[in-house]
Amino acid sequence: MAYRVVHAGVFLLSLVPLVRTATQALGGGLGANPIEEALHRMGWWALAFLMLTLAVTPLRRLSGWGQLIKLRRTLGLFAFFYATLHFGVYVGIDQFFAWEFIVEDIMDRPYITVGFTALLILTPLAVTSTKKMVKRLGGKRWSRLHKLVYLAAALGVVHFLWQVKADIREPAIFGAVLVTLLGYRVVYSRMRRHKARQPKEEGAPMPYEAGSAPAAGRAGVP
Amino acid sequence: MLIKRPSDIKESEVTDERLYVNRRQFIRTAGTLGAGLGLVAAAPSLAACGGDMDAEDPGARAAGQEEELTPYEDVTTYNNFYEFGTGKDDPAKHAHTLSTRPWTVSVDGECNKPGTYDIEDILKRYPAEERIYRLRCVEAWSMVIPWMGFPLADFISDLEPTSQARFVEFRTLHDAEQMPGQRRSVLDWPYVEGLRMDEAMHPLALLSVGLYGEVLPNQNGAPIRLVVPWKYGFKSIKSIVGLRFVRDMPMTTWADAISNEYGFFANVNPGVDHPRWSQKRERRLGELRRRPTLMFNGYAEQVAHLYEGMDLRRYF
Repeated sequence: MAYRVVHAGVFLLSLVPLVRTATQALGGGLGANPIEEALHRMGWWALAFLMLTLAVTPLRRLSGWGQLIKLRRTLGLFAFFYATLHFGVYVGIDQFFAWEFIVEDIMDRPYITVGFTALLILTPLAVTSTKKMVKRLGGKRWSRLHKLVYLAAALGVVHFLWQVKADIREPAIFGAVLVTLLGYRVVYSRMRRHKARQPKEEGAPMPYEAGSAPAAGRAGVP
Repeated sequence: MLIKRPSDIKESEVTDERLYVNRRQFIRTAGTLGAGLGLVAAAPSLAACGGDMDAEDPGARAAGQEEELTPYEDVTTYNNFYEFGTGKDDPAKHAHTLSTRPWTVSVDGECNKPGTYDIEDILKRYPAEERIYRLRCVEAWSMVIPWMGFPLADFISDLEPTSQARFVEFRTLHDAEQMPGQRRSVLDWPYVEGLRMDEAMHPLALLSVGLYGEVLPNQNGAPIRLVVPWKYGFKSIKSIVGLRFVRDMPMTTWADAISNEYGFFANVNPGVDHPRWSQKRERRLGELRRRPTLMFNGYAEQVAHLYEGMDLRRYF
């Protein structure tokens, strides 16, 4: 029940950036260059939702609230949603479907190449986000495929970093957040491996694949 | 004694006569009704300078003619002036901390009249005239701005540069108290720009002290700034406190920061792309579709001769 309320709240909050931008656009509240402003905002939120998506697992482990994992798909899909809007504003409004210039941009300008690649990577992840697709792919293959989200997030940060002229503060903050979130995973898996090895050091022979020790460790943090 | 020399360009070529005659009324209209209504030459301009303009024929679109002015609101709330922050709306938000009086411009280097010139004396000595120029930012957006100002050449002539002077270097105020953006070392403060002497003496190069018939707002570079309409906007240095005549090409701020992206000359050139974005087209603020960028921002007829024989790919 509590989860349902949280999920509904997260869903509605996730729509706020879009609704706000749209209403401001209609009311002339996006400044002198509204197209650029909308473009930048959608891109910013795509990156922010990617970070939120990647924050779910650490938060789940630290808080012990297992239900949080269900938010991951919603947040991830919103990241894809805003990335698609970002690309849509670029293609449909900023460039007004001038394909020869769009292709040139994607081919010749590294920051656009990188951003476009990130969107391409996110696409199969969004497509395979349903329960049905998880089943069809099988848990292991599915989660291996979805590891690509790390690459997409890193490319997103590089895209932002390369786009700014001199003031790299904002992309640097995104970069620091990403490094923290990925760093947490590295430390966590090291600790698990360490724990798994301990009985061995005490002399008790353990089969390599025995998952009981780490599983017990995990059980403490549901 | 102010030495006047005849201008190469008739005033009517710089400013459309209808705009000139109607400017008072225009200024009032734009001022009271705000953004989006500065459409003095609207209807004919849309027909005459639509997206398919032939970029080879700048004569078809003489400087400032038949183009809508960018509303005062947009000109004064959207620009780069990193001394007040790196966001486009930061200058308008933060430039109130700049104090433009008292203000002096120090002059030194290769000239016979070095010294410190008070802004009040400068304003008295050089009456401001209106010049409507296109402004093309290196970030591929553009505006049309009715500046108030006087030819840089008039000021320089009075300073009597010697034959040793090959370049003139400009410097912006460096005072983090007044310019809070300078607390962060985003750029190597103070901002420095420069022109070759023949560029500086060109009649289109303007020292601006106002826009839309009003005193220059702080965020647009008060109390005195440079406007070089055939170059990317970052060449048009704002809030100038120093001017120096030098023998060697000065190191300018953006060229120093990212040398492969910003050159000393920085002439508007659709044929030479910025490494990170195309310069072939631009967004004129207020327009939905991008329009083709013109060589030398449409001032080729007036300035192309300055660069004859120069490889503009190399000297970008």
